[in-house]
Amino acid sequence: MKASAFSYARPTTVPNALELLALHGDRAKVLAGGQSLMPAMNLRLISPKLIVDIGAIVELRGISLKGEVLLVGALTRHVDLHNSAEIARYAPLLKEAIAHVAHPAIRNRGTIGGSLAHADPAAELPACMMALGATLLVRGVHGERRIAAEEFFTGIYETLLSPDELLIAVEIPVAQRNSSPFFQEFSRRRGDYAIVGLAAQAVLKNSGFSDLRLAFFSVGNRPHLAKAARQLTNVVVTRSILSDASDLLRQELDPHEDQHATPAMRRYLANLLLRRCVSKLLDRPDLLEEP
Amino acid sequence: MVQMPISFLVNGERVDAVVPARLNLADFLREHLKLTGTHIGCEHGVCGACTVRVDGDIVRSCLILAVQMHDATVETIEGLSDSGEVADLQRAFRERNALQCGFCTPGMLMAAQDLLKHCPVPDRDRIREHLSGNYCRCTGYQAIVDAVETTARMRAP
Repeated sequence: MKASAFSYARPTTVPNALELLALHGDRAKVLAGGQSLMPAMNLRLISPKLIVDIGAIVELRGISLKGEVLLVGALTRHVDLHNSAEIARYAPLLKEAIAHVAHPAIRNRGTIGGSLAHADPAAELPACMMALGATLLVRGVHGERRIAAEEFFTGIYETLLSPDELLIAVEIPVAQRNSSPFFQEFSRRRGDYAIVGLAAQAVLKNSGFSDLRLAFFSVGNRPHLAKAARQLTNVVVTRSILSDASDLLRQELDPHEDQHATPAMRRYLANLLLRRCVSKLLDRPDLLEEP
Repeated sequence: MVQMPISFLVNGERVDAVVPARLNLADFLREHLKLTGTHIGCEHGVCGACTVRVDGDIVRSCLILAVQMHDATVETIEGLSDSGEVADLQRAFRERNALQCGFCTPGMLMAAQDLLKHCPVPDRDRIREHLSGNYCRCTGYQAIVDAVETTARMRAP
């Protein structure tokens, strides 16, 4: 189908964009890369009265290193993340994850800000932001807010972003020494949305974890930072400890049911990913087996 | 209906037009410029039949508004075909029976050429991965992968 009619504005500065959003509120919709918004409009799932195309706001593009954080502009495309030397060095989890986001032609257009603001619970980047402990910079006419990724996502396509605010950039802490990423997802076909996925960031110490952040996605209405990870930090991980963590994970997850999987299947797959993740990061093939 | 003026390059020629804001690039190319090689399948970014190049990168033209293309450079399958850029790829598709109904072929050629530009000698897995966003309902893909692989070998110095 075709999108229904709308008015269109193409501001070239952030203040211009914010004025438009303040004036039109939730009748307006921000267009970044359009790779989620356009399908939704073409399918007539949404019919905004005004499209605020932020594509011409150059200051929202690009990746830069600012001390101990990477500042990634909201309009930075998936392909830019994938090709960036800074990302490969300071946030390698993102580079791994991007390869799973849709297909090349989508990644050439889709943006990090668009993906985060859209907040699809099956999307890769929201989970990555949680695993990396990123902070989202959000601006409105009345000023800027800094929101931790863990708090930003509130439900299916829902975030703390209000209709008159714009996501400007994300701040990603530079990966510590001895840290290691893990990313894996199950999907029916390459490029499809994940049935269950895991984005993880670990800090290794004395062949164990001194920090472990496990962000599961497509396991409910928003990405989930697993508390079970606490069981695995600052201990020598044994098969029985991992098994306890697995039990905890099973309890804390409340997965949804859809045409791809039942809640039980999602719990099973999430546990499989937990096992693979811990085994791979610690280089302990023995942990792959069920006790 | 909101009408917007746009000016951009399509296959090397300047195009000036006034278009409805809601018009997508695929429809603009087909209906206004009569460049019907860009096919429209699903209209929500899944099938890949509408793949074109914008500023050198392949994109879905059904997921872009024509007004967003102001000042951009667009290349369609007509451009790549007329310039001879994909002549060998087209020949390989023909010889390997990599098309039957032909609906997906323009998008497949755009995506395959994009791969060969970035990765001159891809293995079959890499080819499958790069074409994973392009649906073909006739061939079962095997022949398409064959054609791309053959072209890569022929182009290798």
